[in-house]
Amino acid sequence: MLDSKIPAGTLDQKWTYYKGHCKLVNPANKRKLEVIVVGTGLAGASAAASLGELGYKVKAFCFQDSPRRAHSIAAQGGINAAKNYQNDGDSVFRLFYDTVKGGDYRAREANVHRLAEVSVNIIDQCVAQGVPFARDYGGLLNNRSFGGTQVKRTFYAAGQTGQQLLIGAYQALERQVALGNVTMHSRHEMLDVVVVDGKARGIICRNLVTGELERHFGHAVLLCTGGYGNVFYLSTNAMGSNVTAAWKAHKKGAYFANPCFTQIHPTCIPVSGDHQSKLTLMSESLRNDGRIWVPKQKGDKRKANDIPEEERDYYLERRYPAFGNLVPRDVASRAAKERCDAGYGVGTTGQAVYLDFKFNLINKYGRAEANKLGIQNPDTETLMRLGKEVVKEEYGNLFDMYEKITGENPYEVPMRIYPAVHYTMGGLWVDYELMTSVKGLYALGEANFSDHGANRLGASALMQGLADGYFVIPYTIGNYLADDIATKPIPTDHPAFAEAEKAAADRIQNLMNIQGKQTVESFHKRLGKIIWDKCGMARSEEGLKEAIRDIQALKKEFWSDVRIPGVIEGMNPELDKAGRVADFIELGELMCRDALDRAESCGGHFREESQTEDGEALRKDDEYAYVAAWQFQGEHQWSLHKEPLTFEIAKPSQRSYK
Amino acid sequence: MEHYTMNLTLKIWRQPNTQSPGRFETYPVSNISSEMSFLEMIDVLNEQLIKDGKEPVAFDHDCREGICGMCSMYINGRPHGPWQNNTTCQLHMRAYQDGDTITIEPWRANSFPVIKDLMVDRSAFDRIIQAGGYISVNTGSAVDANAIAVEKDNADAAFAAAACIGCGACVAACKNSSAMLFVSAKVSHLALLPQGSPERKSRAVNMVAQMDKEGFGACTNTGACEAVCPKGISIENIARLNREYMMAGLSAD
Amino acid sequence: MKWSEIFTSSVGKKWVMGLTGIFLVLFLLVHVGLNACIWAMDNGVMFNKAAHFMGSNAVPRILEIGLFAGFLLHMIQGWTLEWQNRSKRKQGYAVPMGNKGSKWYSRSMGILGTLLFLFLVMHINHFWVPSRITGLEPVIIDGKEHHNLYREMLTVFQGNLTVVILYTLGCVSLFWHLLHGFQSAFRTLGVTNPRYLSLIDKTGAGFSLLVCGAFALMPISMYLGWIN
Repeated sequence: MLDSKIPAGTLDQKWTYYKGHCKLVNPANKRKLEVIVVGTGLAGASAAASLGELGYKVKAFCFQDSPRRAHSIAAQGGINAAKNYQNDGDSVFRLFYDTVKGGDYRAREANVHRLAEVSVNIIDQCVAQGVPFARDYGGLLNNRSFGGTQVKRTFYAAGQTGQQLLIGAYQALERQVALGNVTMHSRHEMLDVVVVDGKARGIICRNLVTGELERHFGHAVLLCTGGYGNVFYLSTNAMGSNVTAAWKAHKKGAYFANPCFTQIHPTCIPVSGDHQSKLTLMSESLRNDGRIWVPKQKGDKRKANDIPEEERDYYLERRYPAFGNLVPRDVASRAAKERCDAGYGVGTTGQAVYLDFKFNLINKYGRAEANKLGIQNPDTETLMRLGKEVVKEEYGNLFDMYEKITGENPYEVPMRIYPAVHYTMGGLWVDYELMTSVKGLYALGEANFSDHGANRLGASALMQGLADGYFVIPYTIGNYLADDIATKPIPTDHPAFAEAEKAAADRIQNLMNIQGKQTVESFHKRLGKIIWDKCGMARSEEGLKEAIRDIQALKKEFWSDVRIPGVIEGMNPELDKAGRVADFIELGELMCRDALDRAESCGGHFREESQTEDGEALRKDDEYAYVAAWQFQGEHQWSLHKEPLTFEIAKPSQRSYK
Repeated sequence: MEHYTMNLTLKIWRQPNTQSPGRFETYPVSNISSEMSFLEMIDVLNEQLIKDGKEPVAFDHDCREGICGMCSMYINGRPHGPWQNNTTCQLHMRAYQDGDTITIEPWRANSFPVIKDLMVDRSAFDRIIQAGGYISVNTGSAVDANAIAVEKDNADAAFAAAACIGCGACVAACKNSSAMLFVSAKVSHLALLPQGSPERKSRAVNMVAQMDKEGFGACTNTGACEAVCPKGISIENIARLNREYMMAGLSAD
Repeated sequence: MKWSEIFTSSVGKKWVMGLTGIFLVLFLLVHVGLNACIWAMDNGVMFNKAAHFMGSNAVPRILEIGLFAGFLLHMIQGWTLEWQNRSKRKQGYAVPMGNKGSKWYSRSMGILGTLLFLFLVMHINHFWVPSRITGLEPVIIDGKEHHNLYREMLTVFQGNLTVVILYTLGCVSLFWHLLHGFQSAFRTLGVTNPRYLSLIDKTGAGFSLLVCGAFALMPISMYLGWIN
């Protein structure tokens, strides 16, 4: 059965109690223990660095050419922390509460509270590492606000917060590499977990440059491999982001939890055509200053700037006056889809809404600057100019990016945006210690399911990745490894290693032998379309059943007709991609099964059958207040384990942002 | 934006691996939309090559939103192509016209050996960071974030330097294959912050030593690096590194 | 850091180039100032006096040793850097970057410097060697014997078009060399303040133009007989 190992005590004492009572490993013994870290994003790099600092022998792996490339780098808007530097009523409890509520009461209270507690340490740590967060003229840290909250608790570095945090973690990691505590293996992809006597003891990976398979031993294995948003083909994830490591772990016994909980981010640059290979996010922080609208008149073909104020429908402000443009992501996304489906969408495809900065450029920033400069009765043009300068500092890089992609200047014309797949709340099931259902196998960051429930609040992904890596795993891994100090490194010629390597080699050989006619990319596109259409922003029983059939058929076709050029020995990006897409296909089926099983709407999971009269998501707490943890049982076969969710403090209520 | 389609001729460097010699191959591509990104155009070529039973062009790319620093093409004589402050992945095809010929080469520098086709090995950058591109602070030992005030100008300048994505375009553009812009961006980022001050001397000296060891050239202030840097990192940083290095050298025991 | 690294590390070498460069710039200032005396229209009296001072006083003589050392260091280090930098990219580009991002003269400091070296050999041969070693005909000024360097200049430049052209080309090379070198030296020495940098850029451009222009005009004005 699932044991989430939540410590005893009141909610706010659990983590303190755990830290005070968990087993420790003394420094001399730490040097004898080897830990494998797969993935070097915020969770992986921070975990590898912190464990290296503690004295463990760490081996870190990433498929990119350098750990600094991990996709955490693309996070834009910011990172939350309950610092209350703004004196606006924030606290650990509020951050905890907002996160549980934002997640539509499908997250584990104890994990979320721990996350809120350590959030403050993260900011301290990052500042000490030299992360250049935005500052005020007094030299102290600045904050902005994000969706789903009513306080300003988000720390940021222009629109490049993820980059700056990752570089901080990367530098800490490289420092440990220099000190010899971490060995870094770049351009390596994990292809299997090696399990010996029920415990994870190593991995098989492919050296992407030489094509060779390698065996690596570790007393414990940490998967920090990110989310699986690329199952949709088009997402804001990097091209290489994949589910393979997590999926292999799943097939080796790790349960996959809530796979249908995927986040569709409301503000992305719309698709421009069939050639599109990925989507680009425009940070949620833009909703601080941008107002979202569509024309009041259906099919209005006028240019945005030609539509007068009274003919614009600021539908978020209209529907959700309390939170306005800053409603949580799932709510904002669905509202955009609703307007577009109803025929009010803009742009050539009608699949977009406007995000307009003019009002705040003039009224918020322009006026403030004018006041500062002592300009009396400034005209609109002056206000625009002054406002632009401020906005440039806040989000300049995002505006530039938008212009590069679309060729339009967002200072002059409103941005066109549409929801896109961005994050996956689901992931490997982990207990309070971040251990999966396989002993010694951990999942950190987006790769696990634990903290965001059915919907993640903005600026919380960076917080969770770093919390797991810097402040949680260093304690919880000791509690496990303390019993392993006598375990000698298992030689990699152990049969379990040989068997796992052979399975990986056979699979690669099978893929290469198919020599069919269709490219890997074409299969990925088709998979993405099935999932987006039937397991995307709105899901129905009928659609999901169809999707499962379609995916099973697609899988068959893939394994009989895919064409992979090149050879196994040496660099072969198509082969790498084929392995990833094959895993995405299997995951896609599980996602649909999970979505089908959960006949309620909650957070990012919207079942058309379960909605309120005015189209809001209708949760069914009495039936579905559980984590759905799926155990792999063989091809197309899974069994469901339910971890009941109990809420002692944050009592579930129908979420309202009105 | 006005949308149009175009036919292009691509001259692309093909090289099976580091050891083997490479050469240019010419490929036509047709029906390219002006709304495509440059890499999406390469995707089209690759799909076509796979269908024709040929090996697709290998190239580094990941985030495709200009921040991971992985993409690295030298396009018609300029790293990352013709646009200012831009990465290859953010270059869009509206920069080209029907009938254009585009020559694509990998970054060229001894310190960036070609792995395959347009992919190069930039691990030298990681080793330079290992030599001192960090602040030595273990997890858990930090003081409250607001305990250290940082003058806004310095914080902004540090941020501007920290925007470096480590793509290596500066090396690719420099006639000396110098990595000074990369190294100086990191040295500046950390030296401008009070947190980075305690290690500033050893950092500058060790990072420059590693840069030399990796086989990058010396800076001659031509400014080509700054001109192609996708993040607009200024060569002011190089001057700052020069100063940091010499102050460190002259005050050493 | 060891002292030797000032000469062996990439940044150290640049410092040597920058410091010697600025020293040579100062020398040029003195040189052009002295030579401008030929335009005093006093049949070279002021010029010969100034040259005599430079040749007989101990301070300039000691500085002269420094000057030669500076030249030598600047050249050796410059050539070493050029050679080493060129070797950092064994496989070049099919489409060169050209002027997309840098100026031709910034990229051509090695060649310009080599041209200047060739010019220097000729120049030393014309004036320094006779003045210091082989001897020049004397002229009596204020009752004292002076070298008639002025006479020598007239001899070298008047009626000798090739030499005048070579000198002019030398000055043109110097102009481009200085246009990059002047500001580059200050950047190498660590000037980051944009205000000062822009001042340095302008001063550098003005200096290059004025000094090289003045130098070039000397042989020309003698050749064309503006002074006699």
